[in-house]
Amino acid sequence: MSEPSVLLEQVSVRLDGRLILQDVNLSINEGEFIVILGPNGAGKTTFLKLLLGLVRPSSGRIEVLCRTPERGQQAIGYAPQHRALDADLALRARDLVGFGLDGHRWGIPMPNRKRRERIDQALREVDALDLAEMPIGQLSGGEQQRLLIAQALLTDPCLLLLDEPLANLDLAHQQEAVTLFERVCRRRGVTVLLVAHDINPLLTVTDRVIYIARGRTAIGKPEEVITSQSLSQLYGSPVEVVHAQDRYFVLGAEV
Amino acid sequence: MFALFQFAFIQNAFLAGSIVAIATAVLGYFLVVRGLTFAGHALSSIGFAGAAGAVLVGAPPVYGMLVFTVGASLVISLLGREVRERDIAIGVIMTFALGLGILFLSLYHGYAEQAYSILFGSIVGISRSDVLRSLLLSLGVLAALAVMARPLLFASFDPDVAEARGMPVRALGSIFLVVVALTISIAVQVVGVLLVFALLVGPAATASRLTYRLGMAIAIAVLLGLAYTWLGILLASISPWPVSFFITVLSFGVYLPVRLLVRPRANQALRPKGPAGIAPALSAEEHRHA
Repeated sequence: MSEPSVLLEQVSVRLDGRLILQDVNLSINEGEFIVILGPNGAGKTTFLKLLLGLVRPSSGRIEVLCRTPERGQQAIGYAPQHRALDADLALRARDLVGFGLDGHRWGIPMPNRKRRERIDQALREVDALDLAEMPIGQLSGGEQQRLLIAQALLTDPCLLLLDEPLANLDLAHQQEAVTLFERVCRRRGVTVLLVAHDINPLLTVTDRVIYIARGRTAIGKPEEVITSQSLSQLYGSPVEVVHAQDRYFVLGAEV
Repeated sequence: MFALFQFAFIQNAFLAGSIVAIATAVLGYFLVVRGLTFAGHALSSIGFAGAAGAVLVGAPPVYGMLVFTVGASLVISLLGREVRERDIAIGVIMTFALGLGILFLSLYHGYAEQAYSILFGSIVGISRSDVLRSLLLSLGVLAALAVMARPLLFASFDPDVAEARGMPVRALGSIFLVVVALTISIAVQVVGVLLVFALLVGPAATASRLTYRLGMAIAIAVLLGLAYTWLGILLASISPWPVSFFITVLSFGVYLPVRLLVRPRANQALRPKGPAGIAPALSAEEHRHA
C-alpha cells in the first residue's frame, strides 16, 4: 500500500474567527477519484485551498503528497471555480493553457517548438486542439472549462483539484466533461478531488465522496455517505435521501 | 516640410514623443488587460496635484508628479483586488488629489503657463536633458515590464491559479502600478495630464481589438502610438492647433471605426467546422449541431 495522497489529522480551520472546518480526519489514496459535496459556503473551496497551502489550518496536521502543503507545488494541478471571461479578452486558448507550463517564470514569453508541442499535447488530451487559436472570451463555458483542465494538467500533476467544473454546464456538456475527467484521470493515474453540487452526473466515476456541512465532514462510498441517517447526523437536522433509478435526491437540506 | 527638422525643438519633440509613445503603448496593453484603465486615468490626475505642488515650492514639476503618482499607486494597490470597490476608492483618492492641485494652483502667484503645460503638455518646449531623462525612465519601464510580463499576464488572467502556483500576485500588482506611475510622469510632458490617457489606452485598446496574439497586440499598439505622435507633431507644426489635440483626434478617429467594425463576437471564421475537428465525438461544434 502506497502513501496516501492526502492525509488530514484533526484539522480545524478558522477564517476571520469563524470555524470553517472542525477536527477533520481523512485519508485519500493515490489514484482515487473523490467528489466533494456540501451546501454553499460549507467550506468546499476552503478545503481545496487548504491542500494548496493558500489557507493554513488553525490546528491539526495535513500532508499532501507526503509534504506539508505549500504554495507553488508543481505536483498539484488546480482549476479554480470558473468565472465568466470577458468576451473581448485578447487572449488565445493556447496562451491561457500555456500559463500552466511557464506562467510563473519571469521574462518575456518566447515562442519555441517544444513549448508549442507540449501545449498542443495538453489541448489534444482535452479534445480542444481545434480551439487553440480562438480567443477565450468567445468560447462556451464547457470549452473554457476544458482549457482550464488542460492548463492544470500541463505540470503533470499527481493531484488534481477541480473546483465546480460542472457548474454552468448543461446536462449534455456535464456528461461530456465527466467522460473527459474519467478518461484523462484514469489514464494518468492522478488523484482527483472535484467539488460539485450534484453527485448524480459523477456517480460512474467517483470512488468516494466527501460531504462537508456545518464544519464537519463525512467520507465514504456514495451509498455509505449519502443516506438519510448519515446526512441527518452531519447536518444536525432531519435529511431525507431518496435513492431511485441510480440517482440520489437529498431532501430537507439546503444542498 | 523637412526643413522643420532643422529646429532643435522639433527634433526634441519627435525624440521625446517617440520614446513616450513606445513606453505608453506597451504599458497600455497591460493596463487594458488588467482592467486598470481607470487607475491609469486617476494616476495622471493625481500627478497634476503633485506637479502643481512642485511648482508651488519651486521644484521641477516632474519630481512632484513622481512623488504623488508613486505614492498614490501604492495606496491604490493596498485597496484590494475587487474591481468595483477599488474603482470607487480610486475615484475618491483622485478627486482629493485634484482638490489639492486646485489649492496649490490658487496659492501659486507666478505664471499660469506652467500649470497650463502640465495640463496640456508642452512637447515643443522640451529640452535635450528632458529627452534624456524620458529615455532613461522609459528604458527602465520597458525593462521592468519585460521581466514581469509573463507572471503579470498570468496573474491578470488567472489570479487564483497564479497564487496557488506561488506567484506573489499582490506584490506584482503593486509593482505594476508603480511602473504605471513612472510612465505617466514621463508621458505628461508630451501630452499633458488631461490627455495622457489618449496615448496610454488608445493604441492598446485598438490593438487588442485587432489581434488576439499577445506579441502582435503590443507591436500594433506601439506602431499606432508612434503614428499618432508623429502625425500629431507634424500637423501641429503646420497649423495653429496644439499637438495634444491632434494626438487625441487620431487616437479616437482610429479607435471608433475599429470598435464599431471589428466585432470579436462576429468573428466566426476562426471556429473549426464540424467533424473535421480533431476529436469529432467531443467537439463543441458538433454539440451545437446535435
